[in-house]
Amino acid sequence: MNWLGQGTERAGKITWIVALAFLLVAPFVGVYPIFVAQALCFAIFAMAFNLLLGYTGLLSFGHAAFFGGAAYITAWLLQEKHLTPELALLGGVAAAAAAGTVVGAIAIRRQGIYFAMVTLALAQMLFFFFLQASFTGGENGINGIERGKLFGLLSLENDLALYFFVLAIFVGVFLLVLRIVHSPYGQVLKAIRENEPRAISLGYNVDRYKLLAFVLSASLAGLGGALKVIVMHLATLQDVRWEQSGEVILMTLLGGLGTFAGPAVGAFVVVGLQNYLSDRAGSWTNVIIGAIFVLCVVAFRKGFVGELLAWQKRGEKAKKA
Amino acid sequence: MPDINIQALMGQLMLGLVNGSFYAMLSLGLAVIFGLLGVVNFAHGALYMLGAYAAWYVNDRWNVSYWWALLIGPLVVGTVGVVIERLFLKRLYKLDPLYGLLLTFGIALVLQGVFLQYYGSSGQSYSAPDQLSGATDLGFMVLPNYRAWVVVISLAVCLGTWFLIERTQLGALLRAGTENPALVQAFGVNVPLMVTLTYAAGCALAGFAGVLAAAVTQVNPLMGSNLIIVVFAVVVIGGMGSIMGSIVTGLALGLVEKLTIFVMPEASNIVVFVIMAIVLMIRPAGLFGKEK
Repeated sequence: MNWLGQGTERAGKITWIVALAFLLVAPFVGVYPIFVAQALCFAIFAMAFNLLLGYTGLLSFGHAAFFGGAAYITAWLLQEKHLTPELALLGGVAAAAAAGTVVGAIAIRRQGIYFAMVTLALAQMLFFFFLQASFTGGENGINGIERGKLFGLLSLENDLALYFFVLAIFVGVFLLVLRIVHSPYGQVLKAIRENEPRAISLGYNVDRYKLLAFVLSASLAGLGGALKVIVMHLATLQDVRWEQSGEVILMTLLGGLGTFAGPAVGAFVVVGLQNYLSDRAGSWTNVIIGAIFVLCVVAFRKGFVGELLAWQKRGEKAKKA
Repeated sequence: MPDINIQALMGQLMLGLVNGSFYAMLSLGLAVIFGLLGVVNFAHGALYMLGAYAAWYVNDRWNVSYWWALLIGPLVVGTVGVVIERLFLKRLYKLDPLYGLLLTFGIALVLQGVFLQYYGSSGQSYSAPDQLSGATDLGFMVLPNYRAWVVVISLAVCLGTWFLIERTQLGALLRAGTENPALVQAFGVNVPLMVTLTYAAGCALAGFAGVLAAAVTQVNPLMGSNLIIVVFAVVVIGGMGSIMGSIVTGLALGLVEKLTIFVMPEASNIVVFVIMAIVLMIRPAGLFGKEK
């Protein structure tokens, strides 16, 4: 096992160090920090999602409920309860964990395609809840949220301070997911993905493993959404819609399903693409995203990182021969 | 019953039956497609919308009547289905069924996006033909003719589909193909063609529902996007194994949804999902599904 999933360990480590170094200097070389911070939030979301789909083999079509749901809770805690950002984030994550426990417990009763439909339906239920609840502002969402002071001391209204706060959380999530995937627990998850009946016959309580994976994934997805509120000053219905659940699937698929780095790469590609297209293509953006989705499923199922790893593997084989 | 206006109750029940008819037709199409192709057709909602737009368009452009639209809508949508199956779905049969869901999701995004681009989200109005407008006074309620027609024709189409699949030679082939496609192929049946036509037929059902719906609600690019998720819940509740199961569950849930308005109006658009959760607790395979 190594950093990128497969391939050579050293090359993987070097890639990560270069990527981190780039993220550290990005705001000083003219990259707009808010854009990168926003992409990092989605990268957290996609990594959380990949924990479930890539490593446990469960396709949730309702992850937007956790992402957007936590966003609403955090927005409300910041604006109405005047909590400090770190507490508001914790509140959002706790809400996502609670919702994840309930949705997960119901959804793991079915497998495969039904699991996807059940999560989609339950997420839609949460969508209607957020649409009708009074604290979310319905169609308008919650706007003009102040970022507040971290621990009551450091103001996050400074974009640079915010950027490094987000980056620190991203690195934390990255290391946490890495730890989970490579722990004995993570190995059991992969065993379930590969052959569930066998994992059961080996005596693992598969349902408990799946539920924990679901809750972990929902909580981290919630962290991504909650963080995005602080970055963007707002929480909207957009983040709880089913289209958003589809988008995180696209990020994961485009980057490389089941590869460690893929989802984060995919998140940057999709967010970058959306930002690029929104000025130039306007409302065609969704059509283009949908078309990429179709192409990806038909012809590019390994994703960027997956293709890269396959290419690297072929190179190694050629060298040996 | 105190305080409940019988007219209002009947009106809501009628609306429930109309919605239930749409659920029934759409979940029936999903079940037929899933049975043979193993694909959950996420594009079903978008195809339903396409059917409605086909009806509106031919009327707006060439003044084609509603009765012809009932034929044209399903044909157009069925043709689109053939294209989708031949171009894309065909390549995915050897893979995990989840890829079929993801592919059709992408197609739904494209279709919905294109219509939003051309027609905006405000919607077009399409009116029922003169023969079906107006209402009949039944004494205890005033029955809008068009709604009654929707329920009757939907039931007829659903039962016709059921008959075709369960009681005819063609249906027997289809069921055999669902069980063991390789064997059916060995008997000289053109299975790939059968698969294409089945997908097209399932889509055409959605298109037909769309034409019927065009005159009930507005024709809107987003009309299928929330509907499809409710239909998924209907399918989970009913279990995709049984044709009759889809029809009955669809109609019943349409009724329940509208009845909820009298008890707890704010819960009417989530009641189907709540029922789904409860059914999953008690009978994970669905009401009519078989435990594997």
